[in-house]
Amino acid sequence: MNQNTFTYEARGHVLVIHLPKELDHHNCRNLRYETDLLLSENYVSRIVFDFSKTEFMDSSGIGVLLNRYKQMAGSGGSVALYGAGSQVHRILNVGGLSRLVPCFDIEKTALAR
Amino acid sequence: MEEEKKVQTEQEPCDRICLEMDGVSRNEEFARVVTAVFMSRMNPTLEEMDDVKTAVSEAVTNAIIHGYGRQRGVVYIEAVISGQELTVVIRDKGVGIRNLEKAMEPMYTSDVTGERSGMGFSFMEAFMDELEVESQPGEGTTVRMKKRIGG
Repeated sequence: MNQNTFTYEARGHVLVIHLPKELDHHNCRNLRYETDLLLSENYVSRIVFDFSKTEFMDSSGIGVLLNRYKQMAGSGGSVALYGAGSQVHRILNVGGLSRLVPCFDIEKTALAR
Repeated sequence: MEEEKKVQTEQEPCDRICLEMDGVSRNEEFARVVTAVFMSRMNPTLEEMDDVKTAVSEAVTNAIIHGYGRQRGVVYIEAVISGQELTVVIRDKGVGIRNLEKAMEPMYTSDVTGERSGMGFSFMEAFMDELEVESQPGEGTTVRMKKRIGG
């Protein structure tokens, strides 16, 4: 698996997005297009972001999460994440995202509603 | 004479690197990793290193997205260690910022795709001790950041 791209996994109505090692502007470029495509072709009620491989994130990651959050909130869906390490947690806190998007330790609890 | 020399070397050691790179997005990771490796000689904590990497990533991304946009250009990075203080200067010769005050407001972005959070400058401020931005429309932007390492 390429470490610098996103992989998408459908679990019923939940879309799991496995994030790359470095979540910066460069690696975020395709995410909007790809998720828009997936959301238009499938019924998705929840997006779960997998941060377990991510070692670095900057404000580009916040932009991506915030946008997905707004998108899902607009259609009555929800967004969650799991597996965030210490650097990612700091960014989520400073960026004010931890108040909007619930953070879980493992995938199983993030998938449950 | 000997005496004087000795005093000089025992004073704050000064170390400097300069990096010139194409302002393309795949170089963002390179810029922050180079800075992190350079500062590692200051024996920073992991958290201090992450802070600097984040701030560098924000400044370089700004230079690439906003400074140059669709144009090709060069991003200049200078890092200096002076005692316990790290200074990082990131400069572009892009379009510059017309309204700096507005650009530095949290959540403000000129981006229209909706994918940018507008938190770049806020992050640089949050993760470094000092932030100074100079910009001239048509000439480019210089971001100067300082952080004290280890105390």
